[in-house]
Amino acid sequence: MNKKVVVIGGGITGMEASVQLSALGYSVTILEKESQLGGHLKDWTVLFPNLRKGTEIVSFLEHGLELQEVNVIFNSKINEIKKINKHYEIIVEGRKTLVADAILVATGFDLFDAHRKEEFGYGIYENVITSYDLEKIFAKEGEIRTPSGIKPKRIGFIHCVGSRDEKVNNHYCSNVCCVTGVKQAMELKTLIPDAEIFNFYMDMRMFDTHFEELYLESQKKYGINFIRGRLSEANETIDKRIVIKVEDTLTSRPLKMTVDMMVLLVGMEPSKGTKEIANLLNLKMRESGFLKPEDDHTMSNVSNMPGVFFAGTCSGPMSIKYTFTDARAAVTKINCFLKEYELQNRILVN
Amino acid sequence: MTDFGFTINKPRVIDYDNTDKRVLKYLLAHEPSFNSCIFCGSCTATCSAGNFTDFNIRKLKIFIRRGLTEEIASEAEKCMLCGKCFLVCPRGVNNRNIILKVREALTKIESHEL
Ligand code: SF4
Ligand code: SF4
Ligand code: SF4
Repeated sequence: MNKKVVVIGGGITGMEASVQLSALGYSVTILEKESQLGGHLKDWTVLFPNLRKGTEIVSFLEHGLELQEVNVIFNSKINEIKKINKHYEIIVEGRKTLVADAILVATGFDLFDAHRKEEFGYGIYENVITSYDLEKIFAKEGEIRTPSGIKPKRIGFIHCVGSRDEKVNNHYCSNVCCVTGVKQAMELKTLIPDAEIFNFYMDMRMFDTHFEELYLESQKKYGINFIRGRLSEANETIDKRIVIKVEDTLTSRPLKMTVDMMVLLVGMEPSKGTKEIANLLNLKMRESGFLKPEDDHTMSNVSNMPGVFFAGTCSGPMSIKYTFTDARAAVTKINCFLKEYELQNRILVN
Repeated sequence: MTDFGFTINKPRVIDYDNTDKRVLKYLLAHEPSFNSCIFCGSCTATCSAGNFTDFNIRKLKIFIRRGLTEEIASEAEKCMLCGKCFLVCPRGVNNRNIILKVREALTKIESHEL
């Protein structure tokens, strides 16, 4: 009989890993808490660095699943996971208990809730939105309007919202918000060619292939302005525009600027689901709440529980490209485990 | 007017909404490489003038971006046009030509052409 793998979470990681595990001959079940697959990917219209459509990635993943026999259980809520000898029993509310020889945790991230940075005015001033809200505005197509209904002439992007910030207890960098800010600035400029766009940053972290080139292009071709300074607080003018106050650190002087719309580049946090599953399975977490592998260099994807693996953004912020890579890396480890090849000692157990 | 014997400090804050962007506009039209600067400071580090005076070519470019015309005017005259800054720039910014264009813009502002 085929060995069984249960994949918890049906975002990019869960979908891609399921396709590959199934192709390797394992019997795979995805447990998805929502009523559809795709996770956060559904919310992003075009993707950096090449501005391709998000739906193309979704189709790629869905096509993969169609080719394989992967069982998907939607709207699933896991109540308990029991380790019984060498396998796990997963108790899903209102369903038959699932048996798994291996588990892949792919529970992903939640976006930082910008309300927590009260001084930035999200939820208080109507023209303060998040990068996520802006994607929804892009998805609507047609003319871009601020929440107040005007065509914005000046827009400010704020980097590192909810990341690299002791005040919200998130010390890490979310990796992808810098490039998202550059991508969204370019998109806005294309839609509103006479708009002035400013990105307020602490460091520009353009770490991956083509990110730096995108940054250069945003300056050269799109005239996006970058100001090195972290937002201290925002205020609202009488006509509902937003006053940004930063230090213009490269002139060592305070600077204030009024914008028609301010976009907060919200970072990633370990999802609620990640924390729940970590508790059910007693998985080790980092201080940040992201899952911790047995060894940061040599044992990524390998949890402290035998037979439990994890991949994707439940282990830390990463871009779509690395999410795919990580999902596939986890598949290799699960395959080794199920073939009784011990990764740590590099020996076949049986 | 009554003389109180003291003056009020000029505020240090850059009030972006009310500064003068004429030099900036002129530059963007005449030296597009201006846009590619990432303010790394290589130009300042190598600058012949900057090594002997308080001239800072990197900072001058930010003054231009912020529309601080007074600061621009006092800085732009300090450059010796040697062109070393262009040689070291990782983004191909033609600083020497920027200085020439800034001086041009300032002359035009003075003669009300801009
Ligand atoms: S990627 Fe950029 S915006 Fe995001 S947390 Fe890191 S430095 Fe800040
Ligand atoms: S060396 Fe080039 S990129 Fe660096 S600050 Fe000077 S002009 Fe800008
Ligand atoms: S051209 Fe001017 S700014 Fe450039 S290195 Fe020479 S003196 Fe400095």
